Amino acid sequence: MSSEVSSGGGLLLAMLLLPLVGSVVVVPMRSAPTVAKTTAMAFALAELVLAALAWSAYNPSGGRLQLTLSIPWIPAFGTRFALGIDGIALVMIALISVLVPIVMGSSWADKMSEDRTPAGFYALLLSLQSLLIGVFVSTDVFLFYLFFEVMLVPMYFLIGRFGGPRRQYAAVKFFLYSLLGGLVMLASVIGLFVVSGNRLGHGTFDWATLVRIAGSVPQSTQIWLFLGFFVAFAIKAPLVPLHTWLPDAGAEAPIGVGVLLVGVMDKVGIYGFLRYCLPLFPAASRALAPLVLVLAVVGVLYGALLAVGQSDMKRFVAYTSVAHFGFIALGVFAFSTQAQAGAVLYMVNHGISTGMLFIVVGMLIARGGSRLISDYGGVAVLAPVLSGMMLLAGLSSLALPGTNSFVSEFLVLIGSFPRQPVFTILATSGMILAALYVLWFYQRLMHGPVRGAAVVGALEGPGSTMAPEAAAQRQRARFPDLSIREVAVLVPLVVLILLLGLYPQPVLNVINPSVGATLTEVGLSDPVVGQGGR
Amino acid sequence: MLGGEAGVGVVAQVPHLQAPTVDYGAIAPVLIVLGAACLSVLVEAFVARSARWSSQVALTLLTLGAAGAALGVHLYSFAADGRNVVTLAGTISVDGPALFLWGTLLALGLAAVLLIADRSVEPGGAFSADAAVRPGTAADRAQAEGAVRTAETVMQTEVFPLFLFSLGGMMVFLAANDLLTMFVALEVLSLPLYLMCGLARRRRLLAQEAAVKYFLLGAFSSAFFLYGVALLYGYAGSVSLARIAEASAGSNRPDMLLFCGLALLMVGLLFKGSVGPFHTWTPDVYQGAATPVTAFMAACTKVAAFGAILRVLTVAFEGTRWEWRGLLWAVAIASMVIGAVLGLTQTDVKRMIAYSSVAHAGFLLVGAIALTAQGLSGTMFYLLAYGFTTLAAFGVVTLVRNADGEATHLSQWAGLAKRSPLTAAVFAFLLFALAGIPLTSGFTGKFAVFSAALADGMAPLVVIALVASAVAAFFYLRVVVLMYFSEPAIDGPTVSVPGAFTTAAITLGVVVTLLLGVVPTFALNWAALGAFGS
Repeated sequence: MSSEVSSGGGLLLAMLLLPLVGSVVVVPMRSAPTVAKTTAMAFALAELVLAALAWSAYNPSGGRLQLTLSIPWIPAFGTRFALGIDGIALVMIALISVLVPIVMGSSWADKMSEDRTPAGFYALLLSLQSLLIGVFVSTDVFLFYLFFEVMLVPMYFLIGRFGGPRRQYAAVKFFLYSLLGGLVMLASVIGLFVVSGNRLGHGTFDWATLVRIAGSVPQSTQIWLFLGFFVAFAIKAPLVPLHTWLPDAGAEAPIGVGVLLVGVMDKVGIYGFLRYCLPLFPAASRALAPLVLVLAVVGVLYGALLAVGQSDMKRFVAYTSVAHFGFIALGVFAFSTQAQAGAVLYMVNHGISTGMLFIVVGMLIARGGSRLISDYGGVAVLAPVLSGMMLLAGLSSLALPGTNSFVSEFLVLIGSFPRQPVFTILATSGMILAALYVLWFYQRLMHGPVRGAAVVGALEGPGSTMAPEAAAQRQRARFPDLSIREVAVLVPLVVLILLLGLYPQPVLNVINPSVGATLTEVGLSDPVVGQGGR
Repeated sequence: MLGGEAGVGVVAQVPHLQAPTVDYGAIAPVLIVLGAACLSVLVEAFVARSARWSSQVALTLLTLGAAGAALGVHLYSFAADGRNVVTLAGTISVDGPALFLWGTLLALGLAAVLLIADRSVEPGGAFSADAAVRPGTAADRAQAEGAVRTAETVMQTEVFPLFLFSLGGMMVFLAANDLLTMFVALEVLSLPLYLMCGLARRRRLLAQEAAVKYFLLGAFSSAFFLYGVALLYGYAGSVSLARIAEASAGSNRPDMLLFCGLALLMVGLLFKGSVGPFHTWTPDVYQGAATPVTAFMAACTKVAAFGAILRVLTVAFEGTRWEWRGLLWAVAIASMVIGAVLGLTQTDVKRMIAYSSVAHAGFLLVGAIALTAQGLSGTMFYLLAYGFTTLAAFGVVTLVRNADGEATHLSQWAGLAKRSPLTAAVFAFLLFALAGIPLTSGFTGKFAVFSAALADGMAPLVVIALVASAVAAFFYLRVVVLMYFSEPAIDGPTVSVPGAFTTAAITLGVVVTLLLGVVPTFALNWAALGAFGS
């Protein structure tokens, strides 16, 4: 029952605690918004440095879990405060650490209503970051569950206090959906404890131990336990038909929070599939994979179709994400190294490209004051840089070759095809819909003559008597192009999109061994591809 | 020896009475509390009015401290040898569970008495200065105003001896080793409670109605209890729990008596524990009684009732568990569903917490009918955790006031976070604990109870309990939404600055709620220290 700390184990603990300390430091700075923002940003950048250290300390060809740390916690529940990462967790915490400073930068000039202070907002962001890191670094199922549930609380306050007009509804819906999933999962978590107690004589939550005994659990038990976890993760991911909270939460959340919600928090669901459902319940995963694949492909097509039909920009982004999550789930449950590696890379890429799309949309809304697509038109004339950024984010979202998403989507599709040709072909048609919804969205907002209530202004109708030059001047003043701060926020994302699009190998090197190990835990090997192979 | 050689005939016919041996060390805590209760009556009668409040508070706090110390001394020897003491001719069993629950009662009693003693939140104290004044008269209004502290408006202090008697009764109740002792203890704990309910300074009619309701229904349930005792005596020929267990093991006596007796007995016990569907008094009494008394009732009566339920079921009826367990399943489900669903419709914060307590009683029953070592320790831990959380929650309720006293209507709590962030934060934390979010004692308790139930093969019950938790979470969340996301009510209540006593009580409750959520090992180990002895 003693503590075990491997070299570098303190690093994860530091990553967990640093943002938490930051949030405690920032909370009292109610009356000094700029100081609060700067301090929070400093903590987020320090966290980024720690993430870089973790990346360099991680050895892709090393053990299954690295940088481990394990301290006895509640012996009566067989749980330990155990941290550790594999390649999948590593890329996720790297993604979080990159996105949080960007989110902070993009929220820098957000206006708050009277009793809401930036100090509160940034403190909640930092505590959310800490809990998200906790979800990815815990290697004890109980600890994971704890972070999984507690992270709802800061997100709930972020949406409910700082969100749009229907924020109360969205926050409660988000919380209840997630809590219901979490409680169903709790039944399975407890079940896991009881099952391990029956096998080992003492219940445990240690992930590695549970994986070892996973094979000996009867399939029927596995299926029940799998379903408990699956419901929670499918709500979080979200898979159709459990996705309906996401468009509401995504639309009402402040932009920065929306980025973290869609970019990171939803990934917890997919990560949960990979880290918990598959290795802990291998027989159930194999048996129920067709069910998940159906939901995944339905999600790809349904999300894309709904995205085409959206009139609200933020809901549009949320629905495109539903489609993307379908692809990712397809990759996970196709059970091949390529597809799963593609799915993990997709999680990162989706965080980057959808995050960027969300931020650019937020910048547009900050100028026009409306979320409706129909209130905009011809913005490219007034704000060419903004429009260019939007185009890049959109193209990355539809997986244009050369951008990051292409690599991951391609890997998912070629990896899934040998085992699941029908589902893969269906999902591929989702790519065509993606091109449709992205390009149409972009065209309506950016091209054509300057028009729309948010751009032209409600008072200056077509019959305006103003001279054309003067009108153009006013519109420019009303619709300025990106400021230096905004460009600075977007540049890291642009760099990442191109870098991961052209040279994804460093990331794949980290992901591949972990994915291979996961596949072994499920008890499957890569399908043999016909003549020539690879 | 009585009698003597030429003894009077009448005496000689009586079998020789032997004074029972008494282990004074073991029952010292009870003796101290009951002795101090008598002393407190004398203080009430003989100490000058001006000095009464301070002497009563000092006496009560001293009593709790001394009883705690006596408990500690006995616990020290108990931890060394684990010897269960059955004393007073086998009527009182001082065993592991009794010691843990005594400690729980004393600790909760301390917090409750702090709330009761507070005179700064409600000027003059929460209790009527003269309970005999008819509601609605000028004298009643004068004492309700309480703005000027005169001899007429300062609270009466008879609440302190009543409190001590009730607490002493609770301690005997859960340690009673035979049903007759248990019945006497039941009356000792109940009668003072009936009175305390009617002593509120504000809204006297409501309080008196509550007291009458509680008394009438309580009298009914006592009658049920007594009838059950009679039937069981008819079955086993003894009221001792151990004898009943012996009698029920492999005899050809009529089972009808046994199970009717058990059913009637359980009605009485479940009533005290406010388990649905025997809960109907709970909302009215919780609402009508002065809030400090409600806090005491909600926390301590539950401990006593469930202590007795655990003892009766484990010691006397374990052998017949398969016969009665199905019925208690139904009761537990009913309680959880009633509490969670009716809680949704409440508009008064005290009634809401009352229904929440019905739901929690259902969760407790889930653990109590597991009848395993895990179930026992889990249920007792839950009692400790729930007691402190609910005490602190009622403590916060005493603070939110308007001109008419406490503002308990939920609409008046809108926007509380804006006016007093600390109070709102504390209450939100307590609500999250009641909802069972991790890192609070509520989660640890739920986990302990549900894992015991699942290990004992009650998976469907656990799933129902988790769904009920999700439903109940909605009404806790609703209060959080009101406090944090809504605009403040125009003529909303103010939050009183709590006096030292209330501050101490709330702080105690919050700290325990947090500690039992983060580092529960100590309490869990203590709860698992021993089994029932008889």
